[in-house]
Amino acid sequence: MNDILSWISAHQQIIYIVILSIFLGVEVIGRVPSVLHTPLMSGANAIHGVVIIGAIIVMGQAQENNYLALILGFLAVVLGTLNVVGGFVVTDRMLEMFKKKK
Amino acid sequence: MGVSLLVVAYLIGSVTFILGLKMLSQPALARRGNLIAAGGMAIAILGTIFLYERDGEKLGNYAWIFAGLIIGTIVGTLAAKKVKMTAMPEMVSLFNGMGGACAALISMVEFDHLAHAGFLEQGEPVSAGTLIAIVMGLVIGTVSFAGSVIAWGKLNGSIKDFTFKGQHLVNMLVLVMIIFVSAYIVIQGGNVGLYVFYLLFAMSIVYGVLFVFPIGGADMPVVISLLNSFTGVAAASGGFLYDNPVMLTGGILVGAAGTLLTILMCKAMNRSLQNVLIGSFGATATASANVGEKTTGSYKEISLSDAAMVMSYANRVIIVPGYGLAVAQAQHTCHELEKLLEAKGVEVKYAIHPVAGRMPGHMNVLLAEADVSYDKLEEMEAANEEFKTTDVVLVLGANDVVNPAAKHDPASPIYGMPILEVEEAKMVIVNKRSMKPGYAGIENQLFYQPKTSMLFGDAKKALQDLIGEIKSI
Repeated sequence: MNDILSWISAHQQIIYIVILSIFLGVEVIGRVPSVLHTPLMSGANAIHGVVIIGAIIVMGQAQENNYLALILGFLAVVLGTLNVVGGFVVTDRMLEMFKKKK
Repeated sequence: MGVSLLVVAYLIGSVTFILGLKMLSQPALARRGNLIAAGGMAIAILGTIFLYERDGEKLGNYAWIFAGLIIGTIVGTLAAKKVKMTAMPEMVSLFNGMGGACAALISMVEFDHLAHAGFLEQGEPVSAGTLIAIVMGLVIGTVSFAGSVIAWGKLNGSIKDFTFKGQHLVNMLVLVMIIFVSAYIVIQGGNVGLYVFYLLFAMSIVYGVLFVFPIGGADMPVVISLLNSFTGVAAASGGFLYDNPVMLTGGILVGAAGTLLTILMCKAMNRSLQNVLIGSFGATATASANVGEKTTGSYKEISLSDAAMVMSYANRVIIVPGYGLAVAQAQHTCHELEKLLEAKGVEVKYAIHPVAGRMPGHMNVLLAEADVSYDKLEEMEAANEEFKTTDVVLVLGANDVVNPAAKHDPASPIYGMPILEVEEAKMVIVNKRSMKPGYAGIENQLFYQPKTSMLFGDAKKALQDLIGEIKSI
């Protein structure tokens, strides 16, 4: 019990961030009209590409002679970039079609 | 200085993600919202590359990092630019899988690091929190990757539905084993031998595959949305691992928003998330199709000239688009027909079912591509009001979303799903390629009703011929 409590107080910032982000995530898309569901899903897909930052950190800290870390890290960077760039470009292409008619 | 700048960069990143998601929910601002989020992402990525420090040490291996970024950018841009509008859902699924794989790879490398360090961090045994984050990133990322690849294969038709007896039991078993092994690794403080970790990886792949395999057609959007939120959670575990606020907020935001979107989609189909998760839809659909429902009754075909005639002399025509329209790439031809009829004084509208096509909003994107005006698109409730006073409903390659069995037949697997009540209209013309059942694999009684006439053929071809006929009247 004490362990859990001390863990909570040691990580309270992160816990706050997580809980508030959950509410925010739900609130923010709660008002989305169904016409925008596909672009929204695609946009959210691009945003979780933020995992690329982890890949960059892994890659940047890999030792010169640790080939496993270098290769896996490199793959992670490529895949993460694909997720980010592809995600945003696809979303933009979808939304381009929604441009307002004059 | 550098580190404080990085904090600012991450702050900007997090705020742009929230703004981006918010703006994506408003038609007029959506595109700008996407660009803002992309800009924030770029700042966060560049900040990480040049400013990140751990124990006073900057990142190295710049050549590798930039090579990866450049390859990813070129391939990603080309793939996203080249993909056809019909293949959008597959593409989103594939990109999602890559994010999941990225999270899993990070976990692998970090676990390997820990293993080399004897599971010690600064002389202390590694914390349970770190291990949980690594294991979560691995399991969720891998399930998302494997599931997304299967979803991608299913949507483009290269993987067929596949079920076997006792599948749910096997799925549950694999899931329980995954949880058990994960807990074991955490409890042992990581001292388990690398093979256990890779066993966990293998089981996650198996689960991801089994998870999506049996799920059929109508559920695919739900599955992609769910896997999307999975990847969000996997990214957030990376945020835990590195104490990285931008990964944490970005991941959790997507995890929460994706889950809500998934639930909204389930609601539109009147199914519970649990039901989808267990993956029984595909099974029941094939089962009832095998039993051989009443496929009797006769349908009547309508000639092009008759169809052209009734449509050009109608007061109001409502078009119900479905996946068939997307496959045939007939959106532009459809818009042409709409303009032609409007010129003749016919009121033309589109009724959009929330899950028409292969993804919510699929039809809207498609029609928007063809410059169909925004206010011509009616959502389901509004459209159902209007069918009663509509002369002709033209169903273009839609099937399950207009199947009256959802209202009348409690035995039908789609019973309870809200549908477009096209049978209320005075006349229904259904364009399909053949009498084959739709994606959910169920017969559609609508086609056998006296009000309904069939116009067989590829949607684009049929519409072109129809336009020709109307012009010659």
